[in-house]
Amino acid sequence: MADLGRAALVVTFGLAVYSLVVGGIAARRNERRLAASARNALYCSFASTLVAAAVLATALVRHDFSFRYVAAHTNRHLPTAYALSAFWGGQEGSLLLWLLVLTGYGALAVAINRRLLRDLTAWVVPVIGGIATFFSFVLVAVASPFDTQTAPFDGAGLTPSLQNPYMVAHPPMLYLGYVGLSVPFAFAAGALLSGRTDERWIVATRRWTLAAWTFLGIGQLLGAHWAYVEVGWGGYYAWDPVENAALMPWLAATAFLHSVMVQERKGMLKVWNMVLVALAFELSVFGTFLTRSGVVNSIHSFAKSSIGPWFLAFVVISSVFSLALIMWRLPLLKAKTKLESALSREAAFLYNNLLLVALCLTILWGVLFPIVTQLVKGETRTIGRPYYDFFLRTFGLPLLLLMGIGPLVAWRKSSLRGLTRMLAWPIAAAAVTGIVLVVVGAGSSRPGLIAYTFSAFVLTTIAVELVRGTRATGSLFTLVARNRRRYGGYVVHASVVLLAIGIAGSSAYSSSVERRLALGQSMTVAGYTLTNRGVTVDRKPNVTETRAHLDVTGPWRGSLSSGDNQYVNPPEPSREVGIHTDWLRGEDLYVIVDESHAKTGVVFVQVLVKPLINLIWVAGIVFLFGSMVALWPDAREQRRLVARLAPVVP
Amino acid sequence: MIVIGLVLVAAVVVLVALPFLREPVATDDRLDAPTDADARRLALIEERDHALAALKELEFDHRTGKVDDADYRELVGPLRQAAAVALRSLDPPQE
Repeated sequence: MADLGRAALVVTFGLAVYSLVVGGIAARRNERRLAASARNALYCSFASTLVAAAVLATALVRHDFSFRYVAAHTNRHLPTAYALSAFWGGQEGSLLLWLLVLTGYGALAVAINRRLLRDLTAWVVPVIGGIATFFSFVLVAVASPFDTQTAPFDGAGLTPSLQNPYMVAHPPMLYLGYVGLSVPFAFAAGALLSGRTDERWIVATRRWTLAAWTFLGIGQLLGAHWAYVEVGWGGYYAWDPVENAALMPWLAATAFLHSVMVQERKGMLKVWNMVLVALAFELSVFGTFLTRSGVVNSIHSFAKSSIGPWFLAFVVISSVFSLALIMWRLPLLKAKTKLESALSREAAFLYNNLLLVALCLTILWGVLFPIVTQLVKGETRTIGRPYYDFFLRTFGLPLLLLMGIGPLVAWRKSSLRGLTRMLAWPIAAAAVTGIVLVVVGAGSSRPGLIAYTFSAFVLTTIAVELVRGTRATGSLFTLVARNRRRYGGYVVHASVVLLAIGIAGSSAYSSSVERRLALGQSMTVAGYTLTNRGVTVDRKPNVTETRAHLDVTGPWRGSLSSGDNQYVNPPEPSREVGIHTDWLRGEDLYVIVDESHAKTGVVFVQVLVKPLINLIWVAGIVFLFGSMVALWPDAREQRRLVARLAPVVP
Repeated sequence: MIVIGLVLVAAVVVLVALPFLREPVATDDRLDAPTDADARRLALIEERDHALAALKELEFDHRTGKVDDADYRELVGPLRQAAAVALRSLDPPQE
C-alpha cells in the first residue's frame, strides 16, 4: 500500500511541475489548449494527493506499523479518532495535509473563476503549481510519510498532550487558514504577471481570504483552549514561537481585509495590498517552517528534521519573487486618487493597517531574535512575555479605540464637529464604565481599566451604528442584507471586544495561590475554600492516573480533581487540571496539582480564580457568527460582478 | 496496487491531454484574454462603480448622521460630477 502512496505523490509532483512549467508557457504564449491542459493537471494533482492522503489515513486507522510514520505516531491503544488525528500529529503527515488543502483549494478556485477570469486563471495555475511543486518535492525527496520498515509489534504512540478533542480540530483549522492564504496570493501574483491589475483578482479572492482568515482565527482559539485545558499552566497563550507563527499571518490578513476596502472604494493602496497579500502568504509558509523545522524551541516542535533549509530557501525565493513582481509592475499600481483628509474612513483604515503591521512585525522580530542571536553571537537569547505584552498594549489598545472610531467616520472626509456629535454616546458610555469600575474597586489595574473603558466605547459605537442604520433603512434585516461584509465585520469587532474583556479580566484581575496541603488541610482563594480529601492512584493498561481530590466551598460547592497521567507507551507524563466554570459569575476555578503523595495524602497545589476568562471562548463563537454573516453568498453581488465583467469577457 | 497505480497514471495522462484529444487541430488557439481596449473599458467600469458607490455611501452616511448637511452639500456636487463623467465615458453620446 505504501507503494501506492509513494506513486501518487510522485504523480502529484509531476503534475505540479507540469502546471508550473506548461501553465507558465501557455499563459505567456496565450495558448488556450495548453492552458486548459495545465489547468487539468492542477485538478488531477488534487486527485492524486487525495489518493496519497487516503493511503496514509487507511494505514493510520489499521495501525499498519510497517509505515514508519504510523509506528512513530500511533500505537494499538490509540482510539480511531486520535489515530486519524496523527495524520497531522507528525511532520510528514502535516506536509501532506498542506499539499492536499493547497491542491484542493487551488483546483476549486481555478474551476470557479475559469470562465469569468480566463486570462487571470491562466497565470494562477502556474503559481499554485509552483507552490505545489515545492511541497510535493519535499514529500517525495525529503520527508516521505510512506517510508516502510519491518512492522514492530506496537508503535511509539501519540504524544499524550495531543490526545485531546481540540487537537483533532485545531491543526486542520490552522492548515485550512495557512494554505487558504495561498489563493489570494496566487491571484495577486497572477494579476501582476498578466499585467491586469484591475480589481478582478480582489473580487475573485474576497471570500477565500475571509474564509482563510476565519479558519486561522478559529484555529488559534481552539489551540488556546487546548493549551488552557491540556497543558495545565493556567494560561491559554504563552507567546510561544509557533503560536506567534499562526498569529502573524492572521494579523497581516486582517490588515489586508481592511485595506482592500480602500482599494475597492477609492482605487488607492494597490501596492500596499499586494505587499500585504504576499506578506500573509510568506508568513504562513514561515509559520510551517517554524513549526516543523525545530529551529526554535517550542512546545509545538514535536519533531526536528532536515526540512528547515528547504523551507527557508522556499520562503526566500518566493519573497524575492513577490517583491520583484511588485517592483516590476509598480507603474500599473499607481493610485487613482489621493487621501483627501486625515479624518476619513480611508485614513482610519490606514491607521489600523499601520498598527496591525507594526504589531505583526514586532512579533516577527521577537520570533526571529533567538535565531539572529544564534547566528550573530553563537548563543540563543529568547525574548520573554514582557516584550510581547508591552507591544500588545502599545498597538492593541489604540487598535481597539480605532475599532470604535473608524466605523463612525465618513468616507472621503469627516468634520470634527460631526464626528464629535457621533461620538457623544460612546464617550459617555466609556466614561460611565470607567467611573463604575473605579467605584467598585476594579481600578487597581490600569491596562484593565483602559481595556474596559475602550471596550465599552467600541460596543456603544457598534450599537449606535446599528440603531442609526436601522432607522435609515427601516429594518435591521435590510440593513445587514445590504452590506453583509460591513455588518458581519461589526459582529467580528464585537467578538474582539469580548476577547479584550476576557483577556483583561483573566490577566489583570485573576487570583493565584500556591500551597502545600496535608490531608484534610484547607486553603482559601478569592472566596473559595479548598480542602484536601486525599490522593488516589488508578492503574490502567496503558496509563497510571494519579489524582488529588479537593472539596470546594464558597461561591460554588463541589469537588475538583487534578493530578497527572503517566503513560506506558509513549512513556510520557500528562498533567491533568481541574476546572470548574461558573457561567453566571463568568469565572473559572482552576486547580493544578504539581505534586501528590498517595501514601501521605500530601499535595502541592496551585489554585487560580480567573474572572471573565470564558468570554474568550464566547468571543470565538461570536467571531465565527460574524465571519459567516460576511461570508454568506450574496446573489446580488454576484449579479453585479457578472454585469461588470460581461462587457470584457469574450 | 500496481493496477490501481497504472489506472491512476493512465487517467491522469488522458485528462491532461484531453484539450488536445478533443481538438487535435484548433482553428483559434488563442486564450480569450481581454484586449487593451477591453482593459480600458474595464478601468472605466471600475471608475463608474467607484463613483456610484461613493455617491451611495455619501447618501447613507448623510441619512445616518455621519455627514452633516454642510459637509453633504460640499461633497455631493463633485461626486455627482465624477459619476456623470464616468457614465459618459462608458457610453459616449451617439453622433
